[in-house]
Amino acid sequence: MALDVGSSGDWDGRWRHVQKFLERSGPFTHPDFEPSEETLQFLLETCKILVIGAGGLGCELLKNLALSGFRHIHVVDMDTIDVSNLNRQFLFRSKDVGHPKAEVAADFINSRVPGCHVVPHFKKIQEFDESFYRQFHIIVCGLDSIIARRWMNGMLLSLLVYDDGVLDPSSIIPLIDGGTEGFKGNARVILPGMTACIDCTLELYPPQINFPMCTIASMPRLPEHCIEYARILQWPKEKPFGDGVALDGDNPEHIHWVFQKSLERAAEFNIIGVTYRLTQGVVKRIIPAVASTNAVIAGTVPSRENTALFAYVPLNNYLVFNDVDGLYTYTFEAERKENCSACSQVPQKLQFPPSAKLQEVLEYLTENASLQMKSPAITATLEGKNKTLYLQTVASIEEKTRPNLCKTLKELGLADGQELAVADVTTPQTVLFKLNFTS
Amino acid sequence: MTMADHKTNKDQRYDRQLRLWGDHGQEALENAHVCLVNAAASGTEILKNLVLPGIGAFTIVDGHRVSGEDVGNNFFLSSDSVGKNRAQATTELLQELNTDVSGNFVEENPDRLLDNDPEFFHRFSLVIAVQLEESTCLRLGSVLWNAAVPFLVCRTYGLVGYMRLVVREHTVVESHPDNALEDLRLDQPFPELTNHITSYDLDNMEKKDHSHTPWVIIVAKYLQKWCREHDFQLPRNYKEKEAFRQLLREGIRKNENGTPEEEENFDEAIKNVNTALNPSKIPTAVEDLFNAEQCENITSQSPAFWVMVRAVRDFVQAEGRGSLPVRGTIPDMIADSDKFISLQNVYRERALQDAAAVSRHVESHLQAVGKLPECISEQDIRLFCKNAAFLRVVHCRALVEEYGVDTVHKDEITSCMDNPDSEMVLYLMLRSVDCFYQQHSRYPGVYNYQVEDDIVRLKLCVHSLLQEYGLTVNVKDDYVHEFCRYGAAEPHTVAAFMGGAAAQEAIKLITHQFVPFNNTFIYNAMAQTSATFQL
Repeated sequence: MALDVGSSGDWDGRWRHVQKFLERSGPFTHPDFEPSEETLQFLLETCKILVIGAGGLGCELLKNLALSGFRHIHVVDMDTIDVSNLNRQFLFRSKDVGHPKAEVAADFINSRVPGCHVVPHFKKIQEFDESFYRQFHIIVCGLDSIIARRWMNGMLLSLLVYDDGVLDPSSIIPLIDGGTEGFKGNARVILPGMTACIDCTLELYPPQINFPMCTIASMPRLPEHCIEYARILQWPKEKPFGDGVALDGDNPEHIHWVFQKSLERAAEFNIIGVTYRLTQGVVKRIIPAVASTNAVIAGTVPSRENTALFAYVPLNNYLVFNDVDGLYTYTFEAERKENCSACSQVPQKLQFPPSAKLQEVLEYLTENASLQMKSPAITATLEGKNKTLYLQTVASIEEKTRPNLCKTLKELGLADGQELAVADVTTPQTVLFKLNFTS
Repeated sequence: MTMADHKTNKDQRYDRQLRLWGDHGQEALENAHVCLVNAAASGTEILKNLVLPGIGAFTIVDGHRVSGEDVGNNFFLSSDSVGKNRAQATTELLQELNTDVSGNFVEENPDRLLDNDPEFFHRFSLVIAVQLEESTCLRLGSVLWNAAVPFLVCRTYGLVGYMRLVVREHTVVESHPDNALEDLRLDQPFPELTNHITSYDLDNMEKKDHSHTPWVIIVAKYLQKWCREHDFQLPRNYKEKEAFRQLLREGIRKNENGTPEEEENFDEAIKNVNTALNPSKIPTAVEDLFNAEQCENITSQSPAFWVMVRAVRDFVQAEGRGSLPVRGTIPDMIADSDKFISLQNVYRERALQDAAAVSRHVESHLQAVGKLPECISEQDIRLFCKNAAFLRVVHCRALVEEYGVDTVHKDEITSCMDNPDSEMVLYLMLRSVDCFYQQHSRYPGVYNYQVEDDIVRLKLCVHSLLQEYGLTVNVKDDYVHEFCRYGAAEPHTVAAFMGGAAAQEAIKLITHQFVPFNNTFIYNAMAQTSATFQL
């Protein structure tokens, strides 16, 4: 039977489930909420949402948003579809393997949910600037990388406008960030400039497991040690697929080579347990994933768009979920960090004696739990000119500036109270540090 | 595609979940046939999360015709589904998600099936019912209870999610606990462990060996020393443990100047004193299993689980000398490869020996009831022994008991309601809207003009419900108002949340891995909180 589709593309009763919340008042709604038919129109016609990531969470988010009345949705994802995605990323089929996730996801939603216009971007988030991000009312992230989250966080912070030191609320774009791993997940609401940001709670993210080199090199005990030996030591030495060919975790031939080498290493030390699956898991740092956890976390997200959707005030901004034993949820208020390097506007300090080497400063920037930078580039203004003290990400500059690491801060010509500008993948904006000499 | 190709493809496709429940868990999933009653959005979201990981088959039972409202909140309906039978329309779009899965539908009202062919439901591994009226739900619950088929009830009502698990007895060998203590037996070392410890001469070792001796050996050695000097009593309280730690500290080699060397293995030993000296006790949960009737009386009907529980109990009383079979795994620790592997092998071999002893008990019980020993595989016995400390059994009582005036869990409800905003109030409201439905053949507040009058009617339902069960609790008017506001709506995002939650519980029931909830779960999508009650 053909639906009687009106000029708006809607049919009778389409939004009835949603309308009860937008058009009826209730005892628990936000004090400023006014029930009205216009809210639905706002969702359908005006509200613009950006979804970052079209993977496990992204597919669920797109579906949930589309069926909640959001029509103007953009989705950004730099990846293509892999077979191992198909157990949970339900907008993709076997025939789609190799195609861009954002594009396939957008096509599927647009054809399944009439009237919905998902615009795909097969790009990295870093390829867009403020003018792109500024157009959205809300941004929702389903990312699998802490670095990308921090970058996004920094981008939204850079959009904030302050009039005489007072934050202009219209410059705030809420960020809703979700993550899952096996049977665990979390979702949080961030109002940049107002609530805790990603960097405020960096310590919540568990550190990545890296085995000590001496264990890998000479004292393996676990099958994982044997695999890391093949990956970190043998591959660069033996270059099995040619000069300069990096180990590609998605190439079965590469994994097979690592697997064989790991077996040999394990046999040498009477270690059992090296399997192909384990090899792949270690090399690719695979995180187990299922559809159900992504469904749960994505299900909390549109509810967290408080005023836009159901007009409920979220008491706590951080939700944690675990269904290993029964089901467990916990919400709390993540607090802002007073001296957060991303959102506090408090100038960051670096305290070192003038005899300290630049290497020590570099280590501090990467190892400090609140900073956790990945490959910081340090510049300073010396004799009126901007000088790069050390930069890793461009090989030629790295080579040129490497000797500076062994020089002391004094030798480099730095003075007490000097400003150092640090750039890193974890933030779109340079972070300014004030150098204080200690005795 | 050849069989081998197909398998590799499936391994790739399911890789991320195989790392959670293994090939044997996947096999259980692929042999399961799940029934969904009512293909409302909550139901199709649950099925989506079962079809994607490769459940063997599903059958949808639904007599409804698809409405415009249905298409609005259900991803597995499209605009040309209106007017079709809802079971049929949703099966098409769910089936399309995964060709490994077999999708079926029955265009029938569950009430009619219960009238004419209740045994229809006996064939399923699990029945899931969503958005089902109370009377039909109770009827279905009764049929499934008598047939021992697990039943999962799920509902989305406005901004409230609800799940109820009904299963006579669900056994779990692999519960995969998050923070399990290691099974090192330092308080009661078995002979092979003692021999192995004795083979170490810490005082006369080379420096390199000394620094690469596993902390387990170090603690064991010093424990022997301590016991000789303390009348064979292990360090028990904080003071004694601290004294023991000091003993370890003094064991660290010193260089020519008398300063202690860096010996990370000793640091590890000191750090682990607290947990390493915990007495190797049998957990209460496992003791309870030993005392259960099913363990005491092994018959030819006894499930493998109980035969193995009994065999382990026998082992504990005999070869185990009061202890469970040794688990056989040790955590990684600073040590050279040889020392670590030989220590690991001591535990591993003991575990195999213990499992073999348990196996002999299994065999004798099977023989006693006229069954072949092959009924329970060596692999299963070893897995059971490895998980002996983490066994769990879940009983979720029948709906008829939850609803019975004499059997209702009055105390649980009343004590939760000491906090009038506890999720328990949402349960009471769901029961109240069901009463409303019974009286008025509809849910409250479905149409705008009904809302105001229905608040009064619903309040009467709440009152009569509380009276019927003798519950002296206060249900705030705000909740009555809120539930009229909902108008029995099923917002997609809440359905999606419940779809994920329920699907995972279904997977736990089918794979017998991880522990299901017991027995009522409530999700409050307003406050983003949840709670589990035993009702």
